[in-house]
Amino acid sequence: MFLDYLYAAGFAIAGFIFLLLALWVGALVQPKDPSGRKLTTYECGEIPVGQPWSQFNIRFYVFALSFVIFDIETIFLVPWAVVFKDVGVVGYVEMAVFVSVLLLGLAYAWRKGALKWAL
Amino acid sequence: MLELVLIALVKSVVVLVALLLMVAYLTLMERVVIARIQVRVGPNRVGPFGLLQPIADGIKLLLKEDVIPAQADKYLYVLAPALSFGAAFATFAVIPFGDTVVLWGRRISLGIADVNVGLLYVFAISSLGVYGIVFGAWASNSKYPLLGGLRSAAQMVSYELCLVFSVVGVLMLSDSTSLADVVAGQAKVWYAVLQPVGFLVFLMASFAEVNRLPFDLPEAENELVGGFHTEYSSMKFAMFFLGEYGSMITTSAMITTLYLGGWRGPFFPPVVWFLIKVVAFLFFFIWVRGTLPRFRYDQLMKFGWKVLLPVSIANILVTGLVLAWTS
Repeated sequence: MFLDYLYAAGFAIAGFIFLLLALWVGALVQPKDPSGRKLTTYECGEIPVGQPWSQFNIRFYVFALSFVIFDIETIFLVPWAVVFKDVGVVGYVEMAVFVSVLLLGLAYAWRKGALKWAL
Repeated sequence: MLELVLIALVKSVVVLVALLLMVAYLTLMERVVIARIQVRVGPNRVGPFGLLQPIADGIKLLLKEDVIPAQADKYLYVLAPALSFGAAFATFAVIPFGDTVVLWGRRISLGIADVNVGLLYVFAISSLGVYGIVFGAWASNSKYPLLGGLRSAAQMVSYELCLVFSVVGVLMLSDSTSLADVVAGQAKVWYAVLQPVGFLVFLMASFAEVNRLPFDLPEAENELVGGFHTEYSSMKFAMFFLGEYGSMITTSAMITTLYLGGWRGPFFPPVVWFLIKVVAFLFFFIWVRGTLPRFRYDQLMKFGWKVLLPVSIANILVTGLVLAWTS
């Protein structure tokens, strides 16, 4: 089993080598002339105006926060699902209670308008 | 020992090359199918039936100048496409694409690694792709990429929840996170039949995961130019491209493995069945792109959080109830 992790890592390394090879071959044959307006960032052909790191919608942050809560729930759910047939009805009820608590949380967030995109 | 290393090496190289070829011809397939849907001819100039088109595209990308914008964060700018590509391809390592075969007296299992936490490995590695996009967007130091990257991150994390929740139903049936065991569990009946709701949720969420229409808002051309890869050119752009199409292939392979019995099927050899199922899903991805319009961003988030997420959680509870009842 430990060997299988090595195989997986080996495959990732093979991919990485391909990547380096492609970039290296590219660097050999490409023209290089880093100059002038070419190096400015794209803004529909105009000279870029102001800061590129503009303000963005606070909603992104709210969704990221909700994601973290439910992502942790999945950490509990996966091992439970694997041993589900062994833990039986007791395990089912326990997990049902746990999931319901989080569903209540989702309902609360829904009610509070945290899941609404437009303000 | 040497033999093991050699087998692993040959398998890795063969799979990598096969994946790269599939990605290349997936781009051609997409262009031809989309063209047919729109009653056009599609690429047919380079080689017979346009079959050399992907190679011509590859050479063209290789020969273009690789511009790094002056304001960009150099390290992250280079790292991002590598991450995007790596995440898409490394995922394939744990997917079994055939039964064991006997070659020159040795039993060789078709699949690079049978990791016992296979499913977790898939989610762990494929979610690294988000970093590729966000790093690329941020490091470009430009307005359109930043917006595209933010959208992409929010979309991918939202739909990843639905993906994992819908897979929990499969785990309850298979009792194992190893993908070989998941395939073995489908000897009698496919999990798509036992888990129809989970299957549909997984299918829809995977469209959002690979940024395809109708959920391709991170690179909506008519609002964000190219989205997160606006500032990328040459091979680095090609890496993003390979990553995106590579993740389409790995996602199709995942759907096949989890819900459609993997490589199992009558008459044909296992590998052929696996390829048939994967290509069918790739065709479906393209077909949907040619048919459906793009969602609005608020609709996308609403659909993910208010429809798919509750449905996938309900699916877990119902599956558990049925399993507890029958056992």
